[in-house]
Amino acid sequence: MNAESKLADLTGQVTHAALAKGAASAELTAVSHDARTSRDATRSHDAATSHNATTSHDEAGTRHAFVPAFDVERIRADFPILSQRVHGKPLVYLDSAASAQKPRAVIDAMVHAMETQYANVHRGLHWMSERTSDDYEAVRDKVAGLLNAPSREEVVFTGSSTGAINLVAHSYGRGVLKPGQAVLVSEMEHHANIIPWQMLRDTHGIELRVAPITDAGELDMAAFERCLQDGRVGLVAITHMSNVLGTYNPIERIAALTHAAGAQLMVDGSQAVVHRRVDVQALGADFYAFTGHKLYGPTGIGVLWARRALLEQMPPFMGGGDMISSVSFEHSTWAPPPTKFEAGTPAILEVIGLGAAIDYVQGIGFDAIAAHEAALTEHALARLSAIDGLHIAGRAQDRGGVVSFTLDGAHAHDIATLLDRNGIAVRAGQHCAEPLMRRLGLSSTARASFGIYTTQGEIDMLADTLVRIRGFFQ
Amino acid sequence: MSAAQTAAPNFDDVRDLYQDTILDRSRNPRHMHRLDPFDACARGENPLCGDQVEVRVSFAPDATVADAAYEARGCAISMASADLMADVVRGRDAASIRALAAAFEQLARTGDSASEDAALQVLRPLSGVSEYRSRVKCATLPWSALVAALDGRNEVASHD
Repeated sequence: MNAESKLADLTGQVTHAALAKGAASAELTAVSHDARTSRDATRSHDAATSHNATTSHDEAGTRHAFVPAFDVERIRADFPILSQRVHGKPLVYLDSAASAQKPRAVIDAMVHAMETQYANVHRGLHWMSERTSDDYEAVRDKVAGLLNAPSREEVVFTGSSTGAINLVAHSYGRGVLKPGQAVLVSEMEHHANIIPWQMLRDTHGIELRVAPITDAGELDMAAFERCLQDGRVGLVAITHMSNVLGTYNPIERIAALTHAAGAQLMVDGSQAVVHRRVDVQALGADFYAFTGHKLYGPTGIGVLWARRALLEQMPPFMGGGDMISSVSFEHSTWAPPPTKFEAGTPAILEVIGLGAAIDYVQGIGFDAIAAHEAALTEHALARLSAIDGLHIAGRAQDRGGVVSFTLDGAHAHDIATLLDRNGIAVRAGQHCAEPLMRRLGLSSTARASFGIYTTQGEIDMLADTLVRIRGFFQ
Repeated sequence: MSAAQTAAPNFDDVRDLYQDTILDRSRNPRHMHRLDPFDACARGENPLCGDQVEVRVSFAPDATVADAAYEARGCAISMASADLMADVVRGRDAASIRALAAAFEQLARTGDSASEDAALQVLRPLSGVSEYRSRVKCATLPWSALVAALDGRNEVASHD
């Protein structure tokens, strides 16, 4: 306790210093400071505790620029599950791109809400409902801060990234796009950013156009430009970071080309939002979708950010309670965005958990996270490519902490089973990106993906075990 | 370094799954080729993992299987299963194959089967998949494709 309170004091001082400097880190601190003051001070003891912890990580993050050390052990201590053993071995969790583990702060925030103040939101006139509504709405501010959105009213809560993309496909797709217009996706999309457009094509007469990738696993920019040339593309829907190749797409450039062609840009940020700071204004996106569970938050909560003018143009997707202004059997009118798109009781606890997750990662700081993961990725690429017979899928210049690979003589499923028996969790298969796998000429790959809690030692263990697996199947 | 400080990788405990027969059959398959001419054919696919197998059979005048072969792209378990399957279905008629397929599925799911069919002894090295829930479908996919071929269906997809 003593050490903790000393730490809190120390971090408090440094935070003031950082604020005084007016550096980028101070901006982050200011965001979390706002979030903190918006909470009822008498109920925020848990939040304050976790806030102290995250502020101290923030300092680790801001110091990162000067001292290239990232205190991964301290972060690991925040994740209770990482002390679990699997098949008698320490858990080596290299499947964060499928779903990330949850820090204590997220778990506690959800439990605390259920134990002390839970009620439905936007309905009750009683204390519990008002408190819960405040906390729920405070997360909208946090999301706006995370994405640097111009307005909190542009943040729509959905069930997942898939839910967000389907909202765009149904509402913008049917309400604004006209039959004969095209939706342009890339060859590296997750099924969640293919199927909704295919369904729109089949019911609404939209053309589904596909921009190819290069053999290196990058978007073919010349071909992308050609796809826009006839002026029929109304919407470009593209991933910010590939869940298979790790490739980061050059969204700023894509946005400029998209807008020059008179189209809007929807970015699937499911993977990207976890690894680097996202600024939707700097990117030039019109829609940005992400999910909570990959960002160390709970499942069942996703976000669609969209420019206000677009949200106002779009008809509701689902009808029900909360999304209306007035209702009669003859006629109803809609609430303004974002409420217009949030019919029914929302995922209250999950939203609160997402808020805690955002506080947590912002406390560490995206500069520190990006630097840590870039070092991990570089280490993984070096270690894995040194293994005889191992082939890494994609070699994009700009890539994040996802490495897919094949190993001669060993199928991805067999690799995954043998890794699992050694406590190492990876994903194997087609990664919900069947068209991409076909383009790469692969039936399946094993995929290791990294998060803030991943260590170089874990990557070494993966590499060493893969060498043994190759031997096992030879 | 906490997670990294651990014993060297050890594969002894996966030998129940990867028995010698399975490793041998997946490395040196006996029946992996394109059978032509053939009388029945079906493709099996697992859309989640991308495994594919195409099974072809030819029939003798008495309607028993004269020859069975397959082409496949898959893991060691699915390849070995397809290869052992081609071994045991020769000389059997469709009803007998369907019964054996059902008995094998039980073996793969539970580790044992109530059937007294002698062919199950040949297939028993695959019973280890019952301890690996996510791998059961790998073993049963070739059998699903074979039954589909006998039913006159050309394709079958395994989802779980």
